[in-house]
Amino acid sequence: MSWDWNVVDDFMPRFWDGVLVTLQALAIGTLIAFALGLVWALAQRSTQVWVRWPVVAVTEFIRNTPLLVQLFFLFYVVPNFGPSMSPLTTGIVGLGLHYSTYTAEVYRAGIDGVPAGQWEAATALSLSKGRTWRAVILPQAIRRVIPPLGNYVVAMLKDSPMIATIGAFDMLGEAQAFSNETFTTEALTIVGVAFIVIAYPASLLIRALERRLVR
Amino acid sequence: MMSSEFFTTWFLPGVWVTVQVTVYAAALGAAISFAIGLARGSQYWIVRFVAGAYFEVFRGMSALVLMFWMFFALPLFGWQLVPMWAGVSALGLTYGAYGSEIVRGSLAAVAPAQKEAGIALNFTRWQRLRLIELPQAWPEMVPPFNNLLIELLKGTALVSVITVADMTFAGNLLRLGTNETTPIYTLLLVLYFVLAFLITRGMRLVERRAKAGIGQQPQKTGGTTRKPGARGESLQAGSQSAGGMG
Repeated sequence: MSWDWNVVDDFMPRFWDGVLVTLQALAIGTLIAFALGLVWALAQRSTQVWVRWPVVAVTEFIRNTPLLVQLFFLFYVVPNFGPSMSPLTTGIVGLGLHYSTYTAEVYRAGIDGVPAGQWEAATALSLSKGRTWRAVILPQAIRRVIPPLGNYVVAMLKDSPMIATIGAFDMLGEAQAFSNETFTTEALTIVGVAFIVIAYPASLLIRALERRLVR
Repeated sequence: MMSSEFFTTWFLPGVWVTVQVTVYAAALGAAISFAIGLARGSQYWIVRFVAGAYFEVFRGMSALVLMFWMFFALPLFGWQLVPMWAGVSALGLTYGAYGSEIVRGSLAAVAPAQKEAGIALNFTRWQRLRLIELPQAWPEMVPPFNNLLIELLKGTALVSVITVADMTFAGNLLRLGTNETTPIYTLLLVLYFVLAFLITRGMRLVERRAKAGIGQQPQKTGGTTRKPGARGESLQAGSQSAGGMG
């Protein structure tokens, strides 16, 4: 068994298709995770028990069960009750939903991390509730929140190949199909290296951000 | 609905396989965590470099892709792994990299004066580690290791795609047979949640014991007497738990 560059040449066009799908899943999944996570985080701070409690229960459940099984659930069970979605759409929704429970925790920690004195100062200045959030709390929370959010984007990138198991042609999906057709190992190896090549600079960037934002 | 026959022939053994994969991968991952975590604080740059490279490579890698590669690509290089061990190695290598960051971070958080005191007492590097640094870092490690263990449990579902008959595999098999998707996948999710809950409960016991070892009060339950040297003086404030996954 030796490395064959001709096989690599054959695979490359499909590799780029896969990269495009992976990046698409990552981008939209990130948007869902960031937005939905904020909704969870704010709902968990609600004073109404019947808002807070179900949200805590649902997010805990999602966080403590495997993304892979959640993808199967979305792909095979949800169509029995509602709309059936394409593999890629299912994958994006699954990734976004799963990681929204992690980002909710990040937002929560970020908001809790703002010193209590800041809330008291806002009260002392009799700022309105909206003004307190906009002008005092959120600007301080955001600095703490960006590095861990970035870490979860990288984690999401590494979990994204799971969408191949429900038939989405991301990097892994393409490599798997190509390897099955040609009985070669080059495609899988290239995809493995590609993940490191994308994830490593990303984590360096996050570390640099962490140093700048969180003293 | 699911037949009881299927349950006993596939599902229950599947639960057992999931537990086994978790235990083996956790053991491998813990060994790698400590080896790499300690090596990253080595005084020799070459050791630090190799350990750091390991960390960056396996932290950047997708566990599923690594598993596929070990299962489908390694045999073509002449190294055939049983599916179970391909899965366990991929999980252990990946989560070991995350765990090494926990070990490195909590050792780095031990107050420098504690290490200096060890040097002043003429302790060897190994004695300082065993008697001063690890006992103080250990309570800091337990909560993030709990999180990591839950991540690992969820990660074990991946072995189903390389034909290891864990509970996810059993669920997929049953779907093909019956198409009763709703009860199957609901049961699966609940089972994983229960296992995660049990792990959290177990780790809370470990956490309590780890914290008890720090103070001066003697351990009332358990019956094991601790060596005096295994107790640190105090947990220094400001030491943070190491970053989690990702």
